Amino acid sequence: MKVSIGGIGLLASGLVGWDVGREVLAGIRPYRPGAVPDPEAKLLPPNERRRSSDCVRWAMQVAQEAIGRSGLDPREVPTVFASSGGEMGVFDKLCRALCLPDRMISPTLFHQSVHNTAAGYWGIATAGQQSSTALSCYDDSFAAGLLEAATVVCVEQRPVLLVAYDLVVPEPLSQARPITEGFAVALVLTPPSDDSSPVMRVHLETAHTGKTAGLDDPELERVRQDNPAARALLLLSAAAAGGGRTVGFSLSDSQQLIVDLELCRI
Amino acid sequence: MPDPKPMTPLTLSAYTLVTANGRGVGPVLQALQERRSGLKPCDFEDVALKTSIGRVTGLEDFSLDDELRAFDCRNNRLAWLGLQQDGFMVAAAEAKQRYGAHRIAVVMGTSTSGILETEHAYRERDPSTDRLPDWYRPRYRYTHNMFSLGHFVRTCLGLQGPAMVISTACSSSAKVFATAARLMQAGLCDAAVVGGVDSLCLTTLYGFSALQLLSADPCRPCDEDRDGLSLGEAAGYALLEFGERVGGRGTVALLGYGESTDGYHMSHPHPEGAGAVRAIRDSLARASLRAEDIEYINLHGTATRANDSVEDKAVYSIFGARPACSSTKGWTGHTLGAAGITEAVISALCLAQGLMPGTLNCQRVDSSLKSRILRENQTGSISFAVSNIFGFGGNNCSLVLGKLP
Repeated sequence: MKVSIGGIGLLASGLVGWDVGREVLAGIRPYRPGAVPDPEAKLLPPNERRRSSDCVRWAMQVAQEAIGRSGLDPREVPTVFASSGGEMGVFDKLCRALCLPDRMISPTLFHQSVHNTAAGYWGIATAGQQSSTALSCYDDSFAAGLLEAATVVCVEQRPVLLVAYDLVVPEPLSQARPITEGFAVALVLTPPSDDSSPVMRVHLETAHTGKTAGLDDPELERVRQDNPAARALLLLSAAAAGGGRTVGFSLSDSQQLIVDLELCRI
Repeated sequence: MPDPKPMTPLTLSAYTLVTANGRGVGPVLQALQERRSGLKPCDFEDVALKTSIGRVTGLEDFSLDDELRAFDCRNNRLAWLGLQQDGFMVAAAEAKQRYGAHRIAVVMGTSTSGILETEHAYRERDPSTDRLPDWYRPRYRYTHNMFSLGHFVRTCLGLQGPAMVISTACSSSAKVFATAARLMQAGLCDAAVVGGVDSLCLTTLYGFSALQLLSADPCRPCDEDRDGLSLGEAAGYALLEFGERVGGRGTVALLGYGESTDGYHMSHPHPEGAGAVRAIRDSLARASLRAEDIEYINLHGTATRANDSVEDKAVYSIFGARPACSSTKGWTGHTLGAAGITEAVISALCLAQGLMPGTLNCQRVDSSLKSRILRENQTGSISFAVSNIFGFGGNNCSLVLGKLP
């Protein structure tokens, strides 16, 4: 499958926005992790923004950045949202409430607990009516999302917005699923075009060793391993370095998603 | 937007279903024919809500052991029970022989996965330290995490192709057909096991109660006095293969799918059903069928005031009052993330048997609904059916199923 990257959005500690992220990943500026400012997520109406979860705001922020760079109208772009655990912060609040004698839970909190909450809010904020999928593949959720998005691009010949995110898991759920730093990334993928967008070839291989190496920078490698969405750093680093590289993503132990990124300026 | 291109039909070369009506397609079909509901007053755990549920019996009486022990939870027990019915394991094993384990995808849908385990673990957490019980911590991955169901099914079937869990609330296990069809069309696999499993839990019971969407009585889809939904649980699967390889005349196949969003509200449908219309139209375009070709529509028909009314507007605007329409939620309850596979398998049964089930519990059809809502069962050959699923986040999916010529 051959697809172009039409735009990138990024939000993580020390990687606030793709302009900064690209320079850090290209080694032009040092990686300086620090507190991530609460995303502006400007598309959300103020009352929704106030009530929204971190997942929603982070996903909105990177989606908006990527779509903005692509120049596409978000109403014309189907979406794929990938997250390992989804709304873990909402689950925590719901499960706490369900331990209390009256088991009263907020209706808003309940409808925000679905795995497609961020996808739903993106559709509402952009008034989009295109297809929207939300999926999980545990630690391989980014790769599964990339597979689904690339498949939609190739089979349906449409641009697709892929958003992958996992946020810090709160106590006590973190005892069962520790994720210590938030990470969100968005890619607009399009059918290959004549312009200068980076082109990548995506295919599946049976799992074997040697193609799923990590990152050279030990601090960034720690981030990549901490958060399933941060597995995307391999592809982002290849793009920041100007392409001409092949990266592999593990897919449910038995397969690898291989991405050959052509030489590019991004 | 241009209409989507026609798709290659995909044969449902095996399919199965477990609902409150019984285990396997035989008991489900019998319940449809005898108009026997699976809904009963809520007796799930210690839940004291006044509502009816479609509970699958026996899930409390066994556990998953040996290599499946880590997966043990209500949702995966239901998933396991589903795999045991209608020779599905054998069909999957034969497909594995034909194509190889790496060439069969597993695409499953669920809305709440095994969240019931986390609900239980929170009750047992240490009040002073918030520490979760030891039994729970290593098992989150295999029970509550959204991918648990996909991991479980591919483990049980020994499949090694691409796997993922789609979780878009109620539309989850309708959308699995679309994702699997694309994976097959892109050449990434030769066949796919698709399905959905969703099980009762406190989150959905108290959540829908908080939204004031639960009926106190067994749900009455399309009835003028309908006052909300009944929750159910179900497990269903279908094995999808390219029609030209396995499909004989009269075999049921997936002919089209359509996906859309409302872009309107998280828990209320678009007032004119604009997203639903788009999903239905796209499913017809992929099936290369016209609205006039459709003889039966399995409605989403949840029995909430809003859903049935908006769905009717969407259906009527495309089909007029010609095709027979019914909701089967009065049998199964709303099985949420499993609703897509539940109603796809029921629609396949209807096609295979020439049955159009009349909407159970609908005493008087709401006079504001313009579509032709069936109240009584009808028999007669059906060639093409549409199944609608609409969900939270305004996420819509329609499937066209039909018999191969």
